[in-house]
Amino acid sequence: MFAQQLFNGLVTGSTYALIALGYTMVYGVLQLINFAHGEIYMTGAFAGLLLVTVAKLPFWLALPGAMLIASLVGVTVEFVAYRPLRRSSRLAVLISAIGMSIFLSNLGLWIFGPATRSFQPPFRVATLELAGIRTNTLSLLTLGLALAMMTGLHYVVTRTKLGKAMRAVAQDRDTAALMGISVNRTIAFTFAIGSALAAAAGVMVGMLFNAVTPTMGVMPGLKGFVSAVLGGIGSIPGAMVGGLVLGMAETIGVALLSSQWRDAIAFAILIVVLLSRPTGLLGRRLQEKV
Amino acid sequence: MIDYLDGLLRSAINPYYYGVLVTAGINIMLVLSLNLVTGFTGQLHLGHAGFMAVGAYTAGILATAYKWTFYPALLAGGLAAAAVGLVVGLPTLRLRGDYLAIATLGFGEIVRITALNLNITGGPFGLRGIPRVTNLPLVVIAVVVTYVFLWSLVRSRFGRALVAIREDEVAAQAMGIETTRMKVTAFVVAAFFAGIAGGLFAYWFRYLNPSSFGFMVSIELLAMAVLGGLGNLLGSVLGASIITFLPELLRTTYPAIAERRLVFYGALLVLIMILRPNGLLGSSSESGWLEIWLRRRRRAATVAPEGPGAAPGGEPHGAA
Repeated sequence: MFAQQLFNGLVTGSTYALIALGYTMVYGVLQLINFAHGEIYMTGAFAGLLLVTVAKLPFWLALPGAMLIASLVGVTVEFVAYRPLRRSSRLAVLISAIGMSIFLSNLGLWIFGPATRSFQPPFRVATLELAGIRTNTLSLLTLGLALAMMTGLHYVVTRTKLGKAMRAVAQDRDTAALMGISVNRTIAFTFAIGSALAAAAGVMVGMLFNAVTPTMGVMPGLKGFVSAVLGGIGSIPGAMVGGLVLGMAETIGVALLSSQWRDAIAFAILIVVLLSRPTGLLGRRLQEKV
Repeated sequence: MIDYLDGLLRSAINPYYYGVLVTAGINIMLVLSLNLVTGFTGQLHLGHAGFMAVGAYTAGILATAYKWTFYPALLAGGLAAAAVGLVVGLPTLRLRGDYLAIATLGFGEIVRITALNLNITGGPFGLRGIPRVTNLPLVVIAVVVTYVFLWSLVRSRFGRALVAIREDEVAAQAMGIETTRMKVTAFVVAAFFAGIAGGLFAYWFRYLNPSSFGFMVSIELLAMAVLGGLGNLLGSVLGASIITFLPELLRTTYPAIAERRLVFYGALLVLIMILRPNGLLGSSSESGWLEIWLRRRRRAATVAPEGPGAAPGGEPHGAA
């Protein structure tokens, strides 16, 4: 029973981790909480749903398609709402971010209506039992995809030129620009990757719960952020660990208390982390620069 | 005296607009207090509706279950909100500004979820049976008191310290300002006024429901503060008035727009930050694209008539 809960938590946690990566990467390069990230996740879920039901694409094409669409939306958000504010105060950018989030979720409500839409997986889902844990192929696929994407991201960030540029911009934007790195292009690229990962999470969660709504991004968005803070905001491995830990903590909490308190657990964890260890599990201590 | 004034007003204004005016007054109080935290101190606060809810439910429960009278219940609501503000602000305001945004967002949601799950608040069915005591003259008095209090506050040594924190927290600290203490004090004062506004809300609508205090209410208040101008009290009055009256006017002529106003609030927040971060009347050291563009035009206009040599871009290179 305990192992079952832990496994369920791992599947949920892997989707939180995918969302958290977008938060943490954007925070790394811009020191900005991208409030609109939850809405990018929602956009990805809708894009996936429409590609499967309207465009009749097979899953292996619909998923990258949704990721691509969400990337374009993410880069557009950055271009419209954040780039003009590069030299503005942090407060101005934060307000712009919250405005973008409200705009996108309500635009979604306007276009798609408030009703929940069903998202049937376009392939047959088989139930199976592994070492006493009941699961299905969809959950396993979610977990597998999440782990594969995280491995891929790790490779991109540590081994490629673009990843190196991202790390340089995160460390010091001005010096990176002096070294010939195109800061704006690197930031746009960061948004593209983060949005694609969020979209993948959105599509998988949409199918896992068989439900897609315009407001679906709010809670997972917050939980992705909590995961990022838990792991140490700005740290990519931290976001992965934070997501998995939060997912498991949540399912265990629900098993011990009741499902009504599911969403409160994330906030409780956030408060405890902020009070005891604001830099998170894997974050480095940041000194305020003058 | 108040009753007499109220009688006069009620005979002069149609009941629907009377109600809108009361709502506008309550919103003005909320936005003024939000402006103290977000506009003057520069801390993004996304849970102001939570303080309003604490004040409203405290006053409402004291009025119904404990038969308290109006003024003590109202004051208790304000003090309860201030106490909650202290508990929330003390740990979170020590951290970087962005954490406050998330923490206050979470706080607002926790208040709403708590109101939804407790018995004493009536849960999802809401709290009924609060007497209607709030009226327009009382709201006007409350708005004036709030305005005058905050006006003298932001002009005091304390207020200058808050602005210093907004402009550069590290420098403010280096100047010997106890930044955390100042921020927490501003937060508690704002919570107190939001709690009073919540109490007035409870005594006006006579019915409280957790959905009246959701996240979107906090966003609506933020949109009002931003539109009017962060760091300007008169701006808050203006912003709150515009955003309270506009949907009411549109409701009859363009109901579709009034219903979907949140789309426009979102776009409004982004646009104002880009074009004119100071809102309609605000003041800070920041200038948006609109100001920069106007300044350029003005400069071009003064440079251009100097003769054929003064082509665009022909300024000495030190001019920028």
